[in-house]
Amino acid sequence: MNEDRISVKNALIKGDLLTKLSAVIMGAGIAGHRQIVKGAVILLLEIAFFGFMVQTGIHNLSMMSTLGTEAQGKVWNEAKQIYEYSAGDNSQQILLAGVITCFVIAGFIALWVLQLRHSYKLQKMIEKGEKVPSLGKDVKNLFDSNLHITLMTLPCVGILIFNIVPLVYMITMAFTTYSKEGEHLVLFDWDGLHQFMRVLNMNGNIGRQFWHVLAWTVVWAIFSTFLNYILGMMLATVINRKDTKWKGFWRFCFVLSIAVPQFVSLMIMNIMLQPSGAVNVLLQNLGLISKPIPFWTNAMVSRITIIVINLWVGIPYTMIQVTGILQNIPEDLYEAAKMDGAGPATIFFKITLPYMLFVTMPYLIASFVGNINNFNVIYLLSGGGPTYVGDTAGQTDLLVTWLYKLTIDQQYYNLGAVIGIMTFVILTVITLITYRNSSSYKNEEAFM
Amino acid sequence: MKNQSHENKRSPRKRIVNFLVHVLLAVLALIWVMPIVWIVLTSFRAEPGAYTNTFLPKSYTLANYVKLLTDRNVLNFPRMFKNTLIIAICSCLISTSFVLSVSYSLSRMRFRMRKPYMNMAMILGLFPGFMTMIAQYFILKAMGLTEGSSIRFGLIIVYSACTGLGFQISKGFFDTIPKAVDEAAVIDGATRWQIFTKITMPLSKPIIIYTVMTSFIAPWVDFIFAKVLCRANADQFTVAIGLWNMLQKEYIYQWYTCFAAGAVLISVPIAILFLYLQRFYVEGMSGAVKG
Repeated sequence: MNEDRISVKNALIKGDLLTKLSAVIMGAGIAGHRQIVKGAVILLLEIAFFGFMVQTGIHNLSMMSTLGTEAQGKVWNEAKQIYEYSAGDNSQQILLAGVITCFVIAGFIALWVLQLRHSYKLQKMIEKGEKVPSLGKDVKNLFDSNLHITLMTLPCVGILIFNIVPLVYMITMAFTTYSKEGEHLVLFDWDGLHQFMRVLNMNGNIGRQFWHVLAWTVVWAIFSTFLNYILGMMLATVINRKDTKWKGFWRFCFVLSIAVPQFVSLMIMNIMLQPSGAVNVLLQNLGLISKPIPFWTNAMVSRITIIVINLWVGIPYTMIQVTGILQNIPEDLYEAAKMDGAGPATIFFKITLPYMLFVTMPYLIASFVGNINNFNVIYLLSGGGPTYVGDTAGQTDLLVTWLYKLTIDQQYYNLGAVIGIMTFVILTVITLITYRNSSSYKNEEAFM
Repeated sequence: MKNQSHENKRSPRKRIVNFLVHVLLAVLALIWVMPIVWIVLTSFRAEPGAYTNTFLPKSYTLANYVKLLTDRNVLNFPRMFKNTLIIAICSCLISTSFVLSVSYSLSRMRFRMRKPYMNMAMILGLFPGFMTMIAQYFILKAMGLTEGSSIRFGLIIVYSACTGLGFQISKGFFDTIPKAVDEAAVIDGATRWQIFTKITMPLSKPIIIYTVMTSFIAPWVDFIFAKVLCRANADQFTVAIGLWNMLQKEYIYQWYTCFAAGAVLISVPIAILFLYLQRFYVEGMSGAVKG
């Protein structure tokens, strides 16, 4: 069985002359096996690829080793009595061109493998006396058994160009000196793991801030995810109770708050909680406080405020998401518990919560990830502040908002990239651990 | 069973609990609705400035709305509205076709790259969005899409190019359409394309509406990508950046009540769309969660 597999190895060993020839002249095998148009297109692609490599590709790759060395020159021209500027190297563009060239090469290798395999497949079809599909048949198949190719090509190209390439590009930046520090914004160089060391080193200034921000990010994510989840579910349970009246009205009140665009409601909250904002004015007018509460200037108070406001944002979301699932809990579970004399609290923690945890584990993980990357709430509410002198990270900054500040405001691109990679690593570890330990992974049939 | 609940209703303890539950719900509902009521009231407030020493406005006016819609000198709200509308329509068309194509393929077709694609989408989702955003800016700059009116194309691309990764909810919906329907059509000689366009799509109205609406709303409520791409090009601003700018130090005194008016104007249609969509959202979520 294995010997008949259509693989590159088999194609190179057992392929006929045409198939072997296509290892060098791509498309030769396909054209020779009666699919002339397809073969010609592949050959053209090969020519285009080598043309690209000769034109710029090889140059791009060779520049990758130094990332450019020539600073912009300024030479005094005696004859014309002016300064003449010579174009220097721009490391950021060199790096981008290099990364794109690597992707082009990877694409070429993929094409090479595919055409070789296809040629071998056609060869075997002919040997067996089967009919080789014509071009018309191939096109027809694109709308039938190969419809997924038609449907998914454009979305995949979009993802490749605007998600994967930028991501790889950004990751490479983590290993360079691309930063405003030391004037490395135009010309920069490879820097190895130096920036990673800096971030992880607890004694340095950046490292100290990193561990600080990381700790708050984790605390924030745990609090906001679980409080939102439990309180949102309690709210949904209370509204779902048999004896609660006007269910639709209550749901409407809570859903209204998420219907308003989040950035609008968060900016309103920010203004309302300023020292002379509406909340402080209201409390002072009522005589409850004599001095304004420092919602955004005291680190501890603003942390608590953010978590509480996030409850305002998040509880309705949980409520509408779990309402449908809550109604699916088998009624006899509740009946049995009531027979045994369980109160509402016992029922909630012994039946509702375990059932919900089981069903909604993927949602819970997703919302945890979402909270670690929750940019809007922090940026629009506290802006990461209060910030101590000499720090780039404020007391309520999450890793993402710090990443934003480091890159957009401070232009420390390399540090920003390192923070992004660290966030990814942390998220991956947490996701894997929670998912592996969740009952929905361990025991798929528990509640079925 | 019936008897028991009848008895429960009459017991005084049950009635007290019931009363307390309703009081609690009323208090909570008040907390949730109050900021929204407050911003609506502020949008009609006659006194300027962000901070006043009373919670409720002293007098009411429509002037804030008039200023917002007619003042074209400082912060040109009508132009921002036009920009956002164009971007929203284009990116909505592209994203909807991307999302539906990908989720249909993943739900109905079986091919070698199916599992790898889904895993890749999950892994890419773990990277913070901003990491790609900064590099996306450099790539758009290399393509010449960061100056003048081409910023618009840049924004459309940014909002729609990667939407093929957000297939989960609509895939969950397609999964619930019985396979037997497809099989019957295959026996009648229909191609996959015909099944997709003539059978699955008409059956999927809720999820199409949901996808269209969510992708239409996205450019109205995102401000961070728009801010990074537009920088200081005031003529390319979207509504979200405009509203954000109104709260900056130099504008806040003059523009705060207009901000409230703008927030109300933007929120009302979005809120109506959302309340209408909520049903599809819940259906999609519970479908997706159940697998």
